[in-house]
Parts: sequence; structure tokens; C-alpha cells
Amino acid sequence: MAAFVLSRLFYAILVVFGVSVAVFFLIRMGGDPTSLFLPPDAPVAEIERFRHLMGFDRPLLEQYLAFLGKALRGDFGMSLRYNEPAMALVLDRAPATLALSGSALALSIVIAVPLGIMAAAFRGTVIDRASLVISLIGQSFPAFWLAIMLILLFSETFRILPPSGRGTWQHLIMPSIVLATYSTAIITRLLRSSMIEVLQADYIRTARGKGLSEWRIVMKHGLRNAAIPTITVIGLQVGALLGGAVITEEVFAYPGIGRLAIQAIANRDFTVVQAFVIVMSITIVTINLLVDLSYGLLDPRMRKA
Amino acid sequence: MMSGFLKQFTESYLAATGLVIVFMVVIGALFGQWLIPFDPDAQNIMLRLKPPLFSGPTGLHLLGTDALGRDIFSRLVIGARVSLLVGVASVVISGVVGVTFGLIAGYEEKYAGRFLMAVTDIQLAIPFLVLALAVAAVVGPSLWNIIAILGLTNWVQYARVVRSEVLALRRREYIQAAHTMGISVPMILIRHLLPNVMSTVIVISSLLVAKMILFESSLSFLGLGVPPQTPTWGTMIADGRNYVGNAWWVATFPGLSIFLTVIGINLIGDRLRDMLDPRLRQMEG
Repeated sequence: MAAFVLSRLFYAILVVFGVSVAVFFLIRMGGDPTSLFLPPDAPVAEIERFRHLMGFDRPLLEQYLAFLGKALRGDFGMSLRYNEPAMALVLDRAPATLALSGSALALSIVIAVPLGIMAAAFRGTVIDRASLVISLIGQSFPAFWLAIMLILLFSETFRILPPSGRGTWQHLIMPSIVLATYSTAIITRLLRSSMIEVLQADYIRTARGKGLSEWRIVMKHGLRNAAIPTITVIGLQVGALLGGAVITEEVFAYPGIGRLAIQAIANRDFTVVQAFVIVMSITIVTINLLVDLSYGLLDPRMRKA
Repeated sequence: MMSGFLKQFTESYLAATGLVIVFMVVIGALFGQWLIPFDPDAQNIMLRLKPPLFSGPTGLHLLGTDALGRDIFSRLVIGARVSLLVGVASVVISGVVGVTFGLIAGYEEKYAGRFLMAVTDIQLAIPFLVLALAVAAVVGPSLWNIIAILGLTNWVQYARVVRSEVLALRRREYIQAAHTMGISVPMILIRHLLPNVMSTVIVISSLLVAKMILFESSLSFLGLGVPPQTPTWGTMIADGRNYVGNAWWVATFPGLSIFLTVIGINLIGDRLRDMLDPRLRQMEG
């Protein structure tokens, strides 16, 4: 088990390292970013001074190694717009995004898990078909449009929820609903199909043969065995949720890291974009690592592997 | 054979509905310019923000007008072109890249396979939208840039699924036989393995087109998609957002168009999956 944990941990670090390479070079793909930071009529001397200051006149590989060396010590450079450390800016906004994605994830699980189980247990009935339609609709909405429609309905028409900002729990309601929609659809679908597969297994037939109640069969034997694929999907959905938070925060003017990232991209504030992507990837990789490790807890057979 | 397939396909009412929706969108995209009542770019400040069913001096504005007095219905029909073009073209790029990687990685497990899995894990750890936005900001908004960005950031699913299929197929006798007969590896990949993964690829593609249309609309909504003067559903929603309090129709109809189109494509994709590849039900995420 220890060797397994260590090898997964090592791989996770490797992935974050890969992300840093990818982001660094992608951002610089358009060539020297100097022109993006200075006004178009800047004098040549000023341009040269800036390039030297930022290190843009050095070879790309050298620039990357310098970036990596500093990043390993927690220094992601200064934000070019706010003149504050880029990482501090991102971490300042992180709790807001955590609150939003946390409540959205909780909402998805509360709706999707019972719905997925019921759809599988009552396969082919009205409940099952309703769950299919709900999940189909849920994954076909453009999130930003759903957000605007909710604002139209609850802020403009009924005036019961604030259209934007952060502060009270009311501010979290609409963004959480918007963010939860897609994940709810995916988790419902997947839990349904895993449950159906599990409920066809031999040991379920045995359980029925023993005369156990249908409720006990589904809840005890079915759910436990469908848990692994479900946790895998929920883990993958965290990545999707954090990505979706970007656009949700933008529409609701919710001051989290997603909105910060969009503003940073619009302002060509690339140190902040880098810090943002690294924070996101560490979060996603950590969650996937925890998901991997949880298999061992849920399925004794995997502890030896 | 084709008509038998279609018959089986449309046995599901939902799938038939999806087919009708998508058919209408395709007609709009292909022949829209001859079907629309107004020039989609014609501005008329006298007719700004008129509600649906408003009858102006030049005719009926079925879905109303936007803030510049342009006919929303006509813009929606023309906007279908961008959505479909981006959806289909980016899926073709993703498919070609992902299937190629998947075939190679499944066949040559040791180096290519491991390398590929690492690359997919890296890509999955980057929030897609931010990656796409950053690249779009660097290369500038244009239709073909968006297609390339979406295509090159969404091939992972193909690669993973094709790889796992090839891993299983590789040990089959007919592949071993082809080997013994001295057929070259590229030939084995293209002639013997590719046809066997095609049904999976078709299913993934149909569902991915729907996702790509959603992605394109998000990028356009944020102003980083196609150039703003092109009428697209995403930019129309962005325009309408500012008037949502006094002119609900401006943002509502383009969103409904996206929603219906995506649902239509998803219905087709689901049906294809049920018919061609029931195993795939496990592989979404």
C-alpha cells in the first residue's frame, strides 16, 4: 500500500510539472509578449528595458527554468496589473471559489445520487425515463445562458435574489444551481448505468434468492459496488466544476479565482494566469489522487494491487 | 442496409425528434441566406428592441429585434452556420489527432502508451476553458483559430477510449496473423484496427459535437470566440445580457437555439450509442 501511495504521489507531481511546462509555453506561443504589456507607441529604449527586466530577451528554456526555480520557492512573479504577488492574488480569491464549487458539488450529489439509484432500481419505469430526460436536459444547457435566464427570472422579475456579487447565502443560490446542472446530469447517468450493471451480477441474484428485501439489496449490495465508478466520476466532475466556475463567476460577477483568471486573460496579466492554472491543476490532481487512494478503502481486492 | 439502419434508429421517438431538430438546423445553416426575411446585419435605430411578433414597416419581426434594430430570427438562422461549422470541424480535428494517438498508444504500450497517458493526465488537470481562453487571447479571435483550439484541446477522450480498445484487439488472432504475414505496423493499424474502433469513434464524435457547440458559444459569449461582427448564438446572448431587464427576448432566443440544437445532437448520439456500442455507456465523464 505504501509503495502504491508513493508511486501515485510521484506521478501526481510529474503531472503538475507537465502542466507548468504546457502553460508556460502555450502562453508564450504567440511570441514575445512585450507588445501586449506596453502601449503601442512605447519608445524602443523602453521596450528593451522592459524585455530585459522581464527576462524576455533570454532563450525560452532559460526563462522556463528561471520561472520553475522561483515557482518551487512559491514565487510566481508579480501581477503586471495589480502590482501584487500573483499567487497571493489567486489565493485571496480561492475561498470564494471553494464555497461556490463546494455548494454546487453538494447540490449535485444530493440530487444525482438518489435519482441515479431510483432510476436503476425502477429501470424502465416513469422514474427511470424522467431521470434520463432530466440528465439529458441538464447537459444541454449553455451554463452562461441558464445564468442569465435565472437572473431574468429571480432578480429582474421576482426580485428575490441578488443578481451578482458575494456576501450572503442568497448570493450563492443561483451560481450554485448553474454550476451544478452539468455535473448533476453526468453523475445521475453514470450512477444509473453502474447500478444497473451491478444489479445484474450473480451475487445480487444470490441475495434475492436468500429472500432479502429489494431495499436491502439495492442499498447494501448494489450501492456499495457501484460506489467506485461513482466516486471516480464525482472526482472527474470536480475538474469540470472548477472549469465551469470560471464562466459562472463571470456571469454573476462573483469574486472568485475564475473571474480573476478571465480578467487576467483580458488584461494579458500572464503571471496571474500561470499562478491560477497551477493552483487549479494541483487541486484537480490532489482530488484524483484521493479518489485513487479511496479505491483501496472501498474495495479490499485493490489493496494488494 | 442504410434504410434498415434509419428505420431502427427512428424506432425511438426521442432519437427521431433529435434527427428532425438537427435536420432543421442543418437546413438553416446551408440555405439560411435564402430563407431569412431580413438582412441579418441591417441596422435600424427606429426599430431597436422591438418585442417578438412586432410588425414593422418592412415586415414581421418574428422573434423581435436587438439593440441595433437587427432582426433576431434572421441572425439566429445565419448563426447556425458558425455553430455547426465549429462543432463539426473541431470534432474532425480532435478525432484525427485522438484516434491516431490512441491507435499508436494501444499498439506500442511501453513508450508511446505511457507517454500518451501522461499527456492526457496533464491535459485533464488544466481547466479546459482557461486553456482555451488563454490561447484564444494569444492568437486572436478568428473562426479557424477557435476550431483549431477546440480541436486540439479535446482529443483526449478519443485517445483514451481507442487505446483501451486496441489493447484488447491487439491480442486477437487475426492481428497476430497479419503480423506473421509480414504486414507493416501502420498497415495493421489502418486496415485492421481502425475499422474495428470506428463505431466507438462515431459515437464519441456525435456527443462531442454537442459539447463543442457549447464550448464555442461560451468562448464567443466571453468575446474570445469568432470576431464580434459575425452573428453567432454566443455573441447574441452576450449582446442581450445587457438588456435582460427590459428586452428578455434578445438573450433568450439564441440560448434556446443552442439548447435545442445540443439536445437534438445528444439525442442522436445517445441512440447511436445504444445501437452501435452499448459498452460505451460506462465511458463518459
